[in-house]
Amino acid sequence: MDSATTRAGPGAPGAGAPAATQGGRPLAARLRAPGPAAIKAVKAVAFALALLPLIRLVLGFQFDRLGANPIELITRSTGTWTLTFLLTTLAVTPLRQLTGCHWLLRLRRMFGLFAFFYVCLHFTTYIWLDQFFDWAAIWKDILKRRFIWIGFAAFVMLLPLAATSFNAAIRWLGGPGWRRLHRLVYAIAICGVIHYWWLVKKDITQPVIYGSVLAALLAFRVVHAWRNRSRAQG
Amino acid sequence: MLIRKPHAICPSEITPPDLFRRRREWIKAAGAGAAALGLSAGLPGAAQAQRIRLFGVRKSPLSIDEKQTPYEAVTTYNNFYEFGTDKSDPAEYAGRLKTQPWTVTVEGEIKRPKVYDIEELMKLAPLEERVYRMRCVEGWSMVIPWAGFSLSELIRRVEPTANAKYVEFTTLADPRQMPGLRSSVLDWPYVEGLRLDEAQHPLTLLCMGVYGEMLPNQNGAPVRLVVPWKYGFKSGKSLVRIRFQEKEPQTAWMRSSPSEYGFYSNVNPEVDHPRWSQATERRLGEITKRKTLMFNGYGDQVASLYAGMDLKKFI
Repeated sequence: MDSATTRAGPGAPGAGAPAATQGGRPLAARLRAPGPAAIKAVKAVAFALALLPLIRLVLGFQFDRLGANPIELITRSTGTWTLTFLLTTLAVTPLRQLTGCHWLLRLRRMFGLFAFFYVCLHFTTYIWLDQFFDWAAIWKDILKRRFIWIGFAAFVMLLPLAATSFNAAIRWLGGPGWRRLHRLVYAIAICGVIHYWWLVKKDITQPVIYGSVLAALLAFRVVHAWRNRSRAQG
Repeated sequence: MLIRKPHAICPSEITPPDLFRRRREWIKAAGAGAAALGLSAGLPGAAQAQRIRLFGVRKSPLSIDEKQTPYEAVTTYNNFYEFGTDKSDPAEYAGRLKTQPWTVTVEGEIKRPKVYDIEELMKLAPLEERVYRMRCVEGWSMVIPWAGFSLSELIRRVEPTANAKYVEFTTLADPRQMPGLRSSVLDWPYVEGLRLDEAQHPLTLLCMGVYGEMLPNQNGAPVRLVVPWKYGFKSGKSLVRIRFQEKEPQTAWMRSSPSEYGFYSNVNPEVDHPRWSQATERRLGEITKRKTLMFNGYGDQVASLYAGMDLKKFI
């Protein structure tokens, strides 16, 4: 959760207005506050789309279409999809504030959990297919190679977030406590991008793209918080 | 198309690629697929344009007896940054590389400098099939049946002077044919080097073919180097210049990341790359990793080249 997300975001006025008459509302209003059925449908579609990368890997593996080095491709693909879902999760708040579509918040948990899902696949691929449970080699790798330890650190930080992703956990921890804990996501995303940056041999194009998107998403929050503060003081 | 020769292929008898392509065009026009002639093996993309069989390639006692990596993997999983940094880029974009005419300039500290036409170079010595292990610095490996002859055959003919201590190999860098040159991942052209005695070692192969055919462009056509006891990047592709010199050459990888790459780059499971272990490798096609062998398994033949050298220092 993001401390900067308050109801006073730009574009917020009117967004939370109760949908009294469903039928005759203009499109913009319906996009900002869709009915429960529409949200459910969007969620279902997003869920199905988020599974496509996995389906592609499973089918590709089955039919031997993953190229000459399938294990490398699986490792890479699950890694970049983890980053993509982390960035998607972090894009929810800026998108809400820019568009006034506050219902987007209801997709965020799913995106975050998909990031966790793909990082679990990524980690399993490394432990199982890449190292074949050679724990001594894995431990040596984590200690010795900086791109592995920073990736491992990001994975470990993601564990408590996934473990407290249900409603009861928010009640147990209390809203502010839960939000503080979940601010770890910023550190996780930064570590994830550095992990990618450090592992490429020479061509850093891809890590730079992920890094720029992350920088933009973080910069948005800084600017937004700064504006809120100056508005409160003024 | 080719006439059988007892020893070597005579390149003048290879149908020039231009003619060959036109032939395919009118075959297509006639409504017959090229595949009907058995010319293509069903690979996608332009890079499969032509596969030309080499005849009279002899077996070599220097070959190893291990399961060979399939042709498909050898020709679609390549590091050839001049065509892009993805493994699939070379197979996709190398099709436009024109390998005829082609010359290789041999110069420097030698008595007989010469600009070799590729056809003359191919006739220099009988072609041999050499099945070698290929170990990439990234931790994967293949077993590849190359075709060529020992580089020493060429070195003998050009007569190095007493000043020749090293050999520098330069790869083609033509931005019109090589889209990867637009990116500055490396300082072009790609340069590699060997000590003279390494270059003269019988295992060091001047290579023109793979799987009994002329090299596909993505594998370094028309002529490349293969140094099987060193990491793959030491084996320069699409060579245009071989220079003999007294000073140790500055290689492209040393220039770009001096902390990660040394001049020798012998396969060595005991010396890790800063970012990954070199103790094990994945032979493509196998699930579990195998232990990497010192000098990629060629220690019996090459270890004496480095007698008295600390290989942890001379990386």
